[in-house]
Amino acid sequence: MKSYFFPLWIVVIGALSLLPFLWFVLTSVKSAAQITAIPPQIMPAFHADFYRSAVSEHGLFRYLANSVIVAGSTTLISIAIGALAAYALTRFRFSWTRFYLMLLLAISMFPQISIAGPVWRILSHMGWLNTYQGITAAYVSLSLPLAVWILSTFFKELPYEIEEAALIDGCSRLQALSKVVLPLAAPGLFTAAILVFIHAWNEFFFALIILTNSNFQTLPVGIALFPGEYTMPWGEIAAASTMATLPLVVLTLLFQRRIIRGLSAGAVKG
Amino acid sequence: MLEEISFEVADGEFCVLLGPSGCGKTTLLRLVAGLEEASGGTISLNGQRIDDLPPQKRDVAFVFQNYALYPHMSVSENMAFSLRLRRLAEREIQQRVGEAARLLKIEGQLERKPQELSGGQRQRVAVGRAIVRQPKIFLFDEPLSNLDASLRGTMRVELARLHRKLRATILYITHDQAEAMTLGEKIVVLHEGRIQQIGSSSAIYRQPANTFVARFVGSPQMNLVEGRLDEKGPIFKSRSLAIDLSGILSECWREYAGKPLTAGIRPEDLDCASRDDAWVEGEVEMIEDLGSDRFVHVRCGSTELLARMPADVVINIGERLILGARPARLHLFYQGKRIH
Repeated sequence: MKSYFFPLWIVVIGALSLLPFLWFVLTSVKSAAQITAIPPQIMPAFHADFYRSAVSEHGLFRYLANSVIVAGSTTLISIAIGALAAYALTRFRFSWTRFYLMLLLAISMFPQISIAGPVWRILSHMGWLNTYQGITAAYVSLSLPLAVWILSTFFKELPYEIEEAALIDGCSRLQALSKVVLPLAAPGLFTAAILVFIHAWNEFFFALIILTNSNFQTLPVGIALFPGEYTMPWGEIAAASTMATLPLVVLTLLFQRRIIRGLSAGAVKG
Repeated sequence: MLEEISFEVADGEFCVLLGPSGCGKTTLLRLVAGLEEASGGTISLNGQRIDDLPPQKRDVAFVFQNYALYPHMSVSENMAFSLRLRRLAEREIQQRVGEAARLLKIEGQLERKPQELSGGQRQRVAVGRAIVRQPKIFLFDEPLSNLDASLRGTMRVELARLHRKLRATILYITHDQAEAMTLGEKIVVLHEGRIQQIGSSSAIYRQPANTFVARFVGSPQMNLVEGRLDEKGPIFKSRSLAIDLSGILSECWREYAGKPLTAGIRPEDLDCASRDDAWVEGEVEMIEDLGSDRFVHVRCGSTELLARMPADVVINIGERLILGARPARLHLFYQGKRIH
């Protein structure tokens, strides 16, 4: 009984989560007439018109490029700083380590709206509104707590003896980190990187207030601004949304093995 | 906490730190390696102070209890890691790794990852990783304690053989006294952060410096009996036995007259005796038959003594035995310290 029940739930939950995605993927390849047809038509005509106009009229590729730049650099910077911070927090004995980690967790729970004002003013003051570095700096500060938390859990699980062995073998602290700890924490690095990337890729609110110039806007903001005063281009929005989702799906599928794989198996007796 | 620790390991010597868990031996080894910082004192290697150097500058090799191999590297990469960090020529690296692999009989495993190896093989790789470096001193942290009993025996012999071949200076810690006795040229017995005795296996076995060493070294344990020296003559008296010490203590007995002493005798030194030189009479309570010999538990009043007897001596449970020993084999302790 139980063994039938469990897969059934998986199918139901999977279908429910996939339904909206499936709907806009289907919408993106419908014809203009099909979108407004009553009763609604499920099977599309497989037109590429909406993709064409999303690219040519709405500048989809520009938004895509901006998103890649912003999410990519946010991920790189967050992981680099996060790895060093997490390493220090897990390996050096500070009396305030626990307090600091708790503080990080608390900070990451602040509602975005409460810090939006100060962040905007700081960036405005620095002249960083409508710049890549401005939005990236905001995103890094938002995602660092998450990165540090994930990475410090992974670092904590690595047997310290392996690192001590590296130190005795002649590594400096930084060499031990780069040659031994990071390769072993690779699953953790990928997990943290994917989560940070997804967060930066999907983020809407900060992007909306910091990036008012359409040359720097990212996909979520760009798509949200597709509707004109009198038009609601559902087809183009669906096409752009499909394009925005695909990279995440591909990334996650590509790296899921690395995320799951426990590289540290066999390091010590077990 | 380590206190008043001072000892030397000679060049090419196999020195074993022996002590029960929690006695501070691992801390001591880690201090030598530079993995812990000492609050005081000095550590010198080849006449140079190393206690202010970071571990990577000390030129020591450490073999960890749980091997601590790099799981993302193959066996040969594990062994070559320290040499590559030192930027040795690749030819030299290959040669040293090959030599160590041959010596340890792991040539066939060079391309495998640590998780594909058995415990014994991992231990060999860990030793190999130390050997290729040709360090000034090898530090071994209970390297055999994770292996099963038969493999431990084999590896013990191999380590001894390896030491003879390389004439390497080794500081080795263990809580297993059999390991310490067979491997150590010099044994340092530690307890509660202090050195109890330094000496060869036979010195530590035959002349334990105090009751701790007497009890800790030797299996089965030495019989220790609390008692008192008679006021009038050199006779040790406890509730259930009396031993004439005139042959052992000579004139100095007066120093201890009337004072509490502890007498110790190893189980193998206790023998069935005739009435004349008997120490004690008791009843056989239990016999452990090991095949080669037997452990006979004898109850003498409130004291239980253990005697190791040859297997061919006929003894039955409940029988009354008269026990004695050569006076020279008796150990005497006053306030825990050896006086004979």
